[in-house]
Amino acid sequence: MIGPSSSHTAGAVKIGNIAASIAGKGFDHVIFHLHGSFSETYRGHGTDKALTAGVLGFPPSDERIRDAFFYAEKAGLQIEFRHIQLDNVHENTVMIEFFRNGKKLCDVTGSSIGGGNIEITRIDSFEVCVSGNNPTLIIRQNDKKGVVSDIAAVLADNDINIGTMVLSRTAKGGIATTVIETDSLIGPSVEKSLLSLTNVLDVRILEVTRGGSDHV
Amino acid sequence: MYDNAADIIRLSKERSLPVFRIVLENEMELSEKSEDAIFEELLEYYAVMKSASESAIAHPMDTVGMMIKGDAQKMDRARDQAFSGDYLSKILARAISCSEVNASMGKICACPTAGACGILPAVMLTTQERMGLTDRQITEALLTASGIGAIIVKQATISGAEGGCQAECGAAAAMAAGALTELRGGTPEMIFDSAAIALKNIMGLICDPVAGMVEVPCAKRNASQAANAVVSSDMAIAGITSTIPFDEVVEAMYQVGRQLPYQLRETSLGGIATTPTALEIAKKHFSR
Repeated sequence: MIGPSSSHTAGAVKIGNIAASIAGKGFDHVIFHLHGSFSETYRGHGTDKALTAGVLGFPPSDERIRDAFFYAEKAGLQIEFRHIQLDNVHENTVMIEFFRNGKKLCDVTGSSIGGGNIEITRIDSFEVCVSGNNPTLIIRQNDKKGVVSDIAAVLADNDINIGTMVLSRTAKGGIATTVIETDSLIGPSVEKSLLSLTNVLDVRILEVTRGGSDHV
Repeated sequence: MYDNAADIIRLSKERSLPVFRIVLENEMELSEKSEDAIFEELLEYYAVMKSASESAIAHPMDTVGMMIKGDAQKMDRARDQAFSGDYLSKILARAISCSEVNASMGKICACPTAGACGILPAVMLTTQERMGLTDRQITEALLTASGIGAIIVKQATISGAEGGCQAECGAAAAMAAGALTELRGGTPEMIFDSAAIALKNIMGLICDPVAGMVEVPCAKRNASQAANAVVSSDMAIAGITSTIPFDEVVEAMYQVGRQLPYQLRETSLGGIATTPTALEIAKKHFSR
């Protein structure tokens, strides 16, 4: 990895990577709200550059991280850093807001928990738990009976084993989010099958490099 | 397969296998990779470690805060006067070299973290030369080191923001001590005794980086914790045991980390980070 801090640099890049793939393509403005140690040391630790590189899609070992601001400008991406005080989160936490043409797309909250390991803890108003160590499906759906078993059936039909599954909703009968970490890669045909389910609104697939190769 | 040191020691003895083998089998299962693939990956890591251990000795690096530029070279050039001896003084120079590369946003291997990236590489490379070991033997020891680090991650933390320097440099020193003890032919008990001794020697150390940069006091703590790893291994090899077992020391370290105030956990709001000189450095740097 590129220095100087595994939590504040490599972990921050990883949070940026995952947050951007959750936000999808086409954002032109990102606001990073920094909490705790991130907020106090982000300039010295290069967390600002790392998060920027992360949302640009650079991996933690990319030597372009140190010039991330230059690449953001080149890509027409506006970036901002603000301080925030969040409750009950790790000291290294960032809430990232994504915008397109002034309209908010989504926000993603993630923590860097040490040695470059991370956790995404919130997407919009949904509490989630994404480590980024396994292929992950993030599904938005109507909170209706049978949706979860439909989703599970699609995965079973495609021979994909569910490692962990977290379901949360804003209100009964409202919108729900399902986060599924799987043991094997998720192909585009799976995405298509999931999207064809009646109550599934949106599907995002996070592909990850497995193992500890982020360390170098 | 294992959650703590007691498990690893038991498995290693029951199956008459070295500690690194127990860690390797676990890694193969978790990553679904072959033994060859894992060793190949470890060799890549070790190549990065070697390069970071040498490059700032050869060429001083422009670090972000320019606080530690040239320190690795200074240490290396003064080795003939070093009271710590040939082996240890080389370790000091190499640990500082890694920190210098890290602080210049260069490529390092987080082991277990970037802030503590000099400790394991410096001890491994210098021990390889001293004992005439092959890269393969070093990568086996790296597995033992990673097993020790993984236990600390599982049972406690390696995040300076959560547990202070004792969590980062402490984990690195424990990893290096255990790996060194294995290379020297120590028993599984000795490996974890040396790791426990190293972790006890740093218990309570805060994380207080000047101007929020990973330079001061981090580089010197990499050097001193590499030395800690060596002396801890020496004591274990001598047959001195850790009265408190490794697993209990890890738990104690975690508790101490939680008791540390926010100001002393990588926020630069306390410790040497708020000394007049440190504040002056921060002011100068960020007004640029």
